[in-house]
Amino acid sequence: MQRVVFPNKILPYLLVAPQIALTIVFFFWPASQALYQSVIREDPFGLKSGFVGFANFSAVLSEPNYLNSLKVTVIFSVLTALLAMAVALLLATAADRVVRGQAFYRTLLIWPYAVAPAVAGMLWLFMFNPAMGTFAYMLRRSGFHWDPLLNGNHAMILIVVAAAWKQISYNFLFFVAGLQAIPKSLIEAAAIDGARGTRRFWTIVFPLLAPTTFFLLVVNTVYAFFDTFGIIHSVTGGGPARATETLVYKVYNDGFVNLNLGSSAAQSVILMAIVIGLTAFQFRFVEKRVHYG
Amino acid sequence: MRVISISTTMAVVGFAVQAQAATELQWWHAMTGANNEMIEELTKEFNASQSTYKVVPVFKGTYPETLNAGIAAFRSKQPPAIIQVFDAGSGTMMAAEGAIVPAAEILQKGGFTFDKSQYLPGIVAYYSKPDGTMLSFPYNSSSPILYYNKDAFQKAGLNVDNPPKTWPEVFEAAKKIKTSGAAPCGMTSTWLTWIQTENFAAWNNMPYGTNENGLGGTDVQLKINAPLYVEHFQAIANLAKDGAFRYGGRTSEAKQLFTSGECAILTESSGGLGDIAKSGVNYGIGQLPYYQGHGPQNTIPGGASLWVFAGKSDEEYKGIAEFFNFLSQTEIQAKLHQVSGYMPVTMAAYEETKKSGFYEKNPGRETPLLQMMGKAPTENSKGVRLVNLPQVRDILNEEFEAMLSGQQDAKTALDKAVERGDAAIAAAISN
Repeated sequence: MQRVVFPNKILPYLLVAPQIALTIVFFFWPASQALYQSVIREDPFGLKSGFVGFANFSAVLSEPNYLNSLKVTVIFSVLTALLAMAVALLLATAADRVVRGQAFYRTLLIWPYAVAPAVAGMLWLFMFNPAMGTFAYMLRRSGFHWDPLLNGNHAMILIVVAAAWKQISYNFLFFVAGLQAIPKSLIEAAAIDGARGTRRFWTIVFPLLAPTTFFLLVVNTVYAFFDTFGIIHSVTGGGPARATETLVYKVYNDGFVNLNLGSSAAQSVILMAIVIGLTAFQFRFVEKRVHYG
Repeated sequence: MRVISISTTMAVVGFAVQAQAATELQWWHAMTGANNEMIEELTKEFNASQSTYKVVPVFKGTYPETLNAGIAAFRSKQPPAIIQVFDAGSGTMMAAEGAIVPAAEILQKGGFTFDKSQYLPGIVAYYSKPDGTMLSFPYNSSSPILYYNKDAFQKAGLNVDNPPKTWPEVFEAAKKIKTSGAAPCGMTSTWLTWIQTENFAAWNNMPYGTNENGLGGTDVQLKINAPLYVEHFQAIANLAKDGAFRYGGRTSEAKQLFTSGECAILTESSGGLGDIAKSGVNYGIGQLPYYQGHGPQNTIPGGASLWVFAGKSDEEYKGIAEFFNFLSQTEIQAKLHQVSGYMPVTMAAYEETKKSGFYEKNPGRETPLLQMMGKAPTENSKGVRLVNLPQVRDILNEEFEAMLSGQQDAKTALDKAVERGDAAIAAAISN
C-alpha cells in the first residue's frame, strides 16, 4: 500500500480533530465518569459522597440478580440475532428471485429500520398487550393463555420479536448486496452440474456470504446488547419478575429507579469490559477463519 | 384596513413584551388523561389571573420517571421550579435536606402565612417533618377505593346497590362473576404495593414495618409476611389460577381491564375516577375492603405532592408561593376534588363541597375522605415512609409477579420480599 504523505504538518491533525473531539466528549469523558462513580458511594442528589474502593463491584458480582440478567442478556441476544438474520436471509434470497417490482419490495422491507426502538416497542405492545391488544385478544380467544405480564417466556418472545423485526431491514440490505456480489457464473456452473436450488444455496451461496454473515453477527450482537433498551423499556420494563432484565436495563434500573449510582456505574464498567473483550475476541480469532472472497 | 393591521401588530408586540416579562416557572408532572387536562386548565387559569408569573406544565413520564428527571436536573444544576413527586418518592425527597425548600417556607417567602389548621390533617401530616413543618404542597391526594361494574353485578345476580365489604366477600363475588360468565374476569387491582400492602396494613391496623412504618426513623424492618398478609395474597393467587383475578401491571394499568369491561371489580385510587367516568362503564363505588376483626381503621393518602428545589431566585420563590396560594383557594380545590376524584387539601373546600350537596348527588364520592378521616390514626396507619420505597415496591412487585404466575406460593413470595426488602433498606440508609 502506498504511504500518504501530507506536506503540511498540522493539517492532518486538524482533519481528525472533529472526530477526536466527538470521541472524547461522547466516549472517553462519560467512560471516565463511570469509572469514577463506580468506586464511590453517593446519595441520589449528589449532596454527600465517599470513596469505597471496589465495594460496588463485589456487591454487584455477588448479587444473584446480576447473574440472572447476564443469562437473560445471552438468551435475548442469541435469539434476536438468529431470528433477525435468518428471516432477513430468507427475504433476501426471495427478493433476489423477484423479477418485477424488485425496487418496490426492497423499499418496503427497509422501512422498519427507520422506526425508533421505543416506537417499535409500542407498536408490538399495542398488538400484544393483554389489556388492549388485538392479537392478544385473538390468542386468548383461540384458547392460548397469552400473558406477557406474568409469563416470563411470553414477555421474552415479545421483545425478541420486536427487536428482531426492527433489525431485519438492516440485515436484509446487506444480504441483498452480498447476494448480488456472488458471480452468476458460479451458480450457473453448479446448475449445469445438476445441483438443485437448496444444494446450490448451501454449497455456494451461503459460504460466499460468510463475510457478510460474520459482519452482521457482530452488528446484531451489539444491537441486541445496547440498542434494544427502548424496546424493553416500553414493552416489559424488565419484568415480569426480572425475566427480561438485560444487563443494560439493569444499569438503568439500578441507577435511575433505585437511585443506586455506585452499583449502576460499577455495572456499566463491567459491561464496558465485556464489550471490549467480546469485540477483540471476535476480530482476532473469529474473523481469521472467515473466508473473505 | 391599515389601521386595523397596525393595531393588531401593536397588540401582538405588546403581548409578546408582556409574555417575555413574566417569570417562567416550570412545573414537571406525571399526569395523563383527564388529570392532565386538569393541570392544563389550572395553569391557564393561574396565568390569566396575573401577568408577573407564567407556570408552564411539562409532562415528564410516569411518576418514577418524573422523580428521576428532577433529580438528574438538580445534579446538573437546572432543576424545574416545581416538581410533582409521588407518595413513594416522598421519603427520597425528605432525606435530601439541602436540595429542597419546605413548602411552608415558600409560602412565607411570598408573604402568605401557612396555617396548618386549614388543611386536612391526615394529608398534611404525611407530607410534614416530625416537627410539623410542611415540606411539600399536597396537590393530588387520593385513597384507594373499590369500583364495581353494576351491569356485571346484575348479570351475576349480585346486589347492585350493595358492593362487598370484606375481602372474603369480594373474592366470593369475583368467583361468582367468573363462573356465571357475567364478565371474563372477576376482579383486578392497580398498585398491588400501594393498595394491597401499604394501605392494606393501615386499613387493617397491621404494622407494615418497624419504627412506625418508617415515620419514626429510617431504620425499618418489613413486617409484611405476617399471617394475614399471607392469607390475603394466597387468596389472590388462587383466584389468579382460576382466572377470576387478572393482573394488569405494576402501576395503574389494571384500570384498563375495568374500563374495557373485562374485569368487574377493581380496587384503584380515587384519582382514577376521571378516566372511569369517561369510559362510560356503569360503575358504582364502595369502600376499600378489609378483614373482619382487623379493620376498618383508616387509609393513608397516596397520590403526589409538589416539591420545590433549592437554589432558585427569590423572584421565582415568590411566584411559586403565588401559585401554591392559588391552588389552595377553596373554589379551585373544590373543582379539583369534584372533577378528578382526588381529595380536597383544605377543610374549607371539603365543607364547601359538602354544603353544595355534591355528595348526595354523587353517592360514594365522599368515600375516600371518610376512609381517611374516619378514625384517629394508630402507629400502623399514619403512612409508610422509606428512603427507598420505590425500590422496595419493585422488589415486592417482582415477588408478586412470580407468585401470580404460579412459580411460588404467597408465603414464599412474602418471605422473600421481606428478606430482600430489608437488605435494600439497610443498604440505602448506609449511603
